[in-house]
Amino acid sequence: MLRTKGERLRDELVAMADKYGRDRSSLLNILQEVQHRYYSISEYAMQVIADLLDIHPVEIHSVVSFYSFLNARPRGEFVIRLCRTISCDMAGKDQVARQLENDLGITFGETTPDGKFSLEWANCLGMCDQGPALLVNQRVYTHVTPEKIHGILQECRQRFGVHAMAGQKEKHI
Amino acid sequence: MITPTRTSSLTFSEITPGSGLKAALSRPPADALAKINFSGLRGRGGAGFPTSLKWELADKSPGQKKYVICNADEGEPGTFKDRVILADFADLVFEGMTIAAYCISAQEGIVYLRAEYTYLRPHLEEVLEQRREKNLLGNKIGGQDGFDFDIHVRMGSGSYVCGEETALIESLEGQRGEPRNRPPFPIDTGYLGNPTTVNNVETFAWAACILSQGSDWFKKLGTEKSTGHKLFSVSGDCQLPGVYDLPLGITIDELLDQVGGQDAKAVQVGGAAGQCVPRHEFHRAIAYEDIPTGGSIIVFGPHRDMLRVAANFLEFFIDESCGQCTPCREGAPKLLEGIEMLQRGECSMEHLQELYSLGQTMQLASKCGLGQTAPNTFLSIVDHFRDEILGRTAPA
Ligand SMILES: Cc1cc2nc3c(=O)[nH]c(=O)nc-3n(C[C@H](O)[C@H](O)[C@H](O)COP(=O)(O)O)c2cc1C
Ligand code: SF4
Repeated sequence: MLRTKGERLRDELVAMADKYGRDRSSLLNILQEVQHRYYSISEYAMQVIADLLDIHPVEIHSVVSFYSFLNARPRGEFVIRLCRTISCDMAGKDQVARQLENDLGITFGETTPDGKFSLEWANCLGMCDQGPALLVNQRVYTHVTPEKIHGILQECRQRFGVHAMAGQKEKHI
Repeated sequence: MITPTRTSSLTFSEITPGSGLKAALSRPPADALAKINFSGLRGRGGAGFPTSLKWELADKSPGQKKYVICNADEGEPGTFKDRVILADFADLVFEGMTIAAYCISAQEGIVYLRAEYTYLRPHLEEVLEQRREKNLLGNKIGGQDGFDFDIHVRMGSGSYVCGEETALIESLEGQRGEPRNRPPFPIDTGYLGNPTTVNNVETFAWAACILSQGSDWFKKLGTEKSTGHKLFSVSGDCQLPGVYDLPLGITIDELLDQVGGQDAKAVQVGGAAGQCVPRHEFHRAIAYEDIPTGGSIIVFGPHRDMLRVAANFLEFFIDESCGQCTPCREGAPKLLEGIEMLQRGECSMEHLQELYSLGQTMQLASKCGLGQTAPNTFLSIVDHFRDEILGRTAPA
């Protein structure tokens, strides 16, 4: 049977709601999982979650907009978050920031046109003894220098390659 | 992947895992509470509230369901000791939570882990699973009839203010992380309206040590009002940044000697929410009765521009303010404008005085700790570094 993308998403959301429990206190668990799988939380997803938890969609918008790790707008597969707090600042985060912009061709707050990378600022990552520090999704890099940026991005691109292949295979099935 | 942090020798590594819980379970809960009380342990998250008192109030608060929450939101700039504790001594933290549950008759524990530390989660889940297998979590813990308790990890989503205990609870309940008015306190109206104790990661670990080693062992070090050791996260302009296990009451001078930061011109104690201590006050003690801290120590070398420091912290607070109340939401951007004027060399003394009193108003009138502490560094820099910040030449 052919199922639309929307129907599939709906099924996934139902499964999540059942896993975490259909009450308000499950909301962040569900939103985190959606963000993780789809790199953003769409209008449609918010509407379905609202129905499942019996709350108004506006409430979900309000929650999503509050947290910096949740996003209504699509973000890249790799979200790079550079720490801008004082210890990383003193360790030279400005130069790292500049090189990130140069190598990615975007500025902070933007996503590359191919949807691979988003560049963001983060507040203290708790790596203050080893700054400058950045996160690529959940992975932490410390003592980052402008020179190391290229290698970090290459590592992501290679992982992305593997991912993209896996995705294609799925489509064939 | 956990990047190793340099540490001094840590007391936690000398404690046999399991010994604290075993000691607790061998006597009635009131005895465990008395031990914590006698040790003088105070909250290691920053505010320094007596731990035994919090647990006693949660215990006495009427309610069928009670919760123990471990605050692992560690978002204070310059703090990373909870990350090290969770990576290396998770067992001790869970043991402390289980002891707390025994004291207050809680059935459920939650670790609220910041999103930035997601990479620690698999490790924590593994340790929890091992504890379940050893019957240190689950039903009839340690063979005690009626003592059922389990712990789950819930994730934050990138918000500093969610470290404030009522905002943390809001977040767990699926809301924006906006702090509540207190009272009521979580000990009577906490998670889902139930009595809840919220404690810092380190507080739980020390509680387990105290049950294992005794109150006197803990009290041997520290000062009368600030007993025991504390972990310090040290960063900035020093030779040996890292996590240090030191007695409370240590002076800033002594601490700088250990970390190789003797030439510092100022030290930020307590993170962005703390205070900026100038060199002529380095004889002061780090303790609840003098300079309290959650453990963040940031060293500023002789060449640092203190206005840049103040601007960095204010940008942090503006970004992280929940926007609920006016003094914080409107005040912090005004202070930042003032800093920028000072940077351009355009701020009159009169205007600086107005900003100073605005900062004092924020301390008094903000709803939660974020807004109350946001002006701290601005005020200390105006107090101590006037020569450096006034009458600057405008940048070319
Ligand atoms: C803005 C703000 C952020 C906070 N962040 C944390 C935090 O990350 N970790 C923490 O343990 N306490 C934090 N606190 C303090 C908590 O509200 C609470 O006092 C603490 O978790 C109690 O634990 P303790 O008694 O063991 O220290 C924060 C407070 C405020 C006002
Ligand atoms: S002080 Fe700031 S963070 Fe706290 S409640 Fe008010 S606006 Fe929100």
